[in-house]
Amino acid sequence: MNSHYGIYGGQYVAETLLPTLYELEYEYEKAKSDPDFQAELQSLLKYYVGRESPLYHAQRLSRHCGGAQIYLKREDLNHTGAHKVNNTIGQALLARKMNKKRLIAETGAGMHGVATATVAALFGFECEVFMGAVDIARQAPNVERMEVLGAKVHSVTSGSQTLKDAMNEAIRDWTARAEDTFYVIGTVAGPHPYPAMVRDFQSVIGLESRRQCLEQCGKLPREVIACVGGGSNALGIFVGFLKDADVKRVGVEAGGNGLETGAHAASICGGRVGVLHGCKTYLLQNNDGQILETHSVSAGLDYPGVGPEHSYLADEKLASYVAVNDPEAVEAFDLLARLEGIIPALESAHALAHAIAIAPQYSPEDILLVNLSGRGDKDMDNIRHYRQRIQQSKAQDK
Amino acid sequence: MKNRIEKIFERCSDEKRAALILFTSCGYPDMENSERIIQGAIDSGADIIELGVPFSDPMADGMIIQKASQIALQNATSLKKVLAMAERLRKRNPDTGFILFSYFNVLLSYGLEALTDELTKIGVDGILSVDLPYEEKAELEPLCKQKGLHLIPLVSPATSPERARLITGQASGFVYYIAVRGITGVRTELPQELIARLEEMGRISPIPVVAGFGIGDPETARKIAKHARGIVVGSAGMSLLVQEKPLEERISDFKHFVKSLSGSLSPDA
Repeated sequence: MNSHYGIYGGQYVAETLLPTLYELEYEYEKAKSDPDFQAELQSLLKYYVGRESPLYHAQRLSRHCGGAQIYLKREDLNHTGAHKVNNTIGQALLARKMNKKRLIAETGAGMHGVATATVAALFGFECEVFMGAVDIARQAPNVERMEVLGAKVHSVTSGSQTLKDAMNEAIRDWTARAEDTFYVIGTVAGPHPYPAMVRDFQSVIGLESRRQCLEQCGKLPREVIACVGGGSNALGIFVGFLKDADVKRVGVEAGGNGLETGAHAASICGGRVGVLHGCKTYLLQNNDGQILETHSVSAGLDYPGVGPEHSYLADEKLASYVAVNDPEAVEAFDLLARLEGIIPALESAHALAHAIAIAPQYSPEDILLVNLSGRGDKDMDNIRHYRQRIQQSKAQDK
Repeated sequence: MKNRIEKIFERCSDEKRAALILFTSCGYPDMENSERIIQGAIDSGADIIELGVPFSDPMADGMIIQKASQIALQNATSLKKVLAMAERLRKRNPDTGFILFSYFNVLLSYGLEALTDELTKIGVDGILSVDLPYEEKAELEPLCKQKGLHLIPLVSPATSPERARLITGQASGFVYYIAVRGITGVRTELPQELIARLEEMGRISPIPVVAGFGIGDPETARKIAKHARGIVVGSAGMSLLVQEKPLEERISDFKHFVKSLSGSLSPDA
């Protein structure tokens, strides 16, 4: 397996973890060509996760925008409410093959934590999830879900107390306990083979939606649009369309308060190359190579790095990356709720906001495919706080 | 001509003792006192100093070094300032070994070409990058070799003998054996197989093997030093420096501790 994407990727971790990574790569390679493994994975995706997920034509939203037809890949309808479970099922099957007793995970919005706690319950693993204290406060319902599922949630109070710090803490735990512990990484980042493995487990999104699009519309979309934090839902859908030269692939990063303010989480649009959490990739960092604190209304995108393959796709112009700011994401969140009766995750609302913005540039025959990577139930508190903050700052301006 | 690190291990061999290697978080509590602390460690018997350059995300470190790094960064510590300090320390201490110790992003961000030039000019002896394993060293190792700097490798309890042979076969300076599976920090108990693994590493490695991670007191240091060419102490010393006490007392505690470590390594201890 190739451990690098151009100059990106690699295995920048402590020596203690290298033998574990080799073991994982070996087991994963075997699993890829093992018909029993694949059959079990497919069966779980169908009967447990509820795949395939629908490709839905958002007609009222499309009419509202005036222009392209917007289609949503409904990953929010998966069991646990996001694309994350596609990956955690795969990794849990591997953990079982490797005779591990315990799963650990980092989580930002909590969706990956829930998806990991879910498969831990399903397979009978112990489960511990690391989550930043700030994220615990803004995604409380997911903390409760993890606990109901039997996982222990560790509140991480170091650094910025968000996803990157949760990942630091998970790596520390893993370094000490790799013998009996499987680290379920939630995105296409981390040391090789994680970026490739997570991409492969998420590629079901792209493969399904390409076929569905051809079946339902008789043609391919003009653009495939997905939000990018670490970038697993985006890469999952992009890989289905990488050979289609006429399909534009667009990753939407979290612009937060705006790239010019510095308070954002757009690593490709606003960062430079560095090494964090095991891989070389675009990072938000200062001139001394210290990692910056990020800002986004969406906890799942609040990460200063991005999967290394995205950095490669960006450099090679195989995909383009844009940033959508908090207000536009929240506007898209509201619009989808009111026009289609679908409450999207704030993460996915970033992708949606971009589609809404560009739809008028296309004609009604054109299709924009948006990966609706998760549902927004978890964001109720978060959105209420956001609106309160906006009102307060408006009141102050007067 | 023998390089400084070789000379240090030769001198320690002649004195029938292991080398004492001290890790310090540079810039803690601030640059000025950090320099005093390092000088104190040297005056108290440290043979080699690991100059820890703080990183915002120290994934291989436990609470003590995390805390020290965070404070150092709040006080605007940077690699540039650490290099300026290293230059002064080198002038005052011509025989002490200095190894720059950090996470790769800090080095990469400075520029590897510029950094290795600078280190050579100052007279720092080598680099240890915790998250730059054998698989990724190609970006830095040729520059180090070309400029006569040691790129210090690590091996761990998880490293197989074959892999250890591969890692140490191409290295210079010394090899750092991580005594425990896990992150830095003081341990009350070290793995039972540690001594056997150190003996094995001693047979495999063409360069001196030093042991670190988890060594917290002179008695442990003395035991392990019988089976290694050097011992590394980091968190235990730093834990004295992060205490809630007046700074002068903390520094004095730290110097006493280094002295007692150094004493524990002497052949008559």
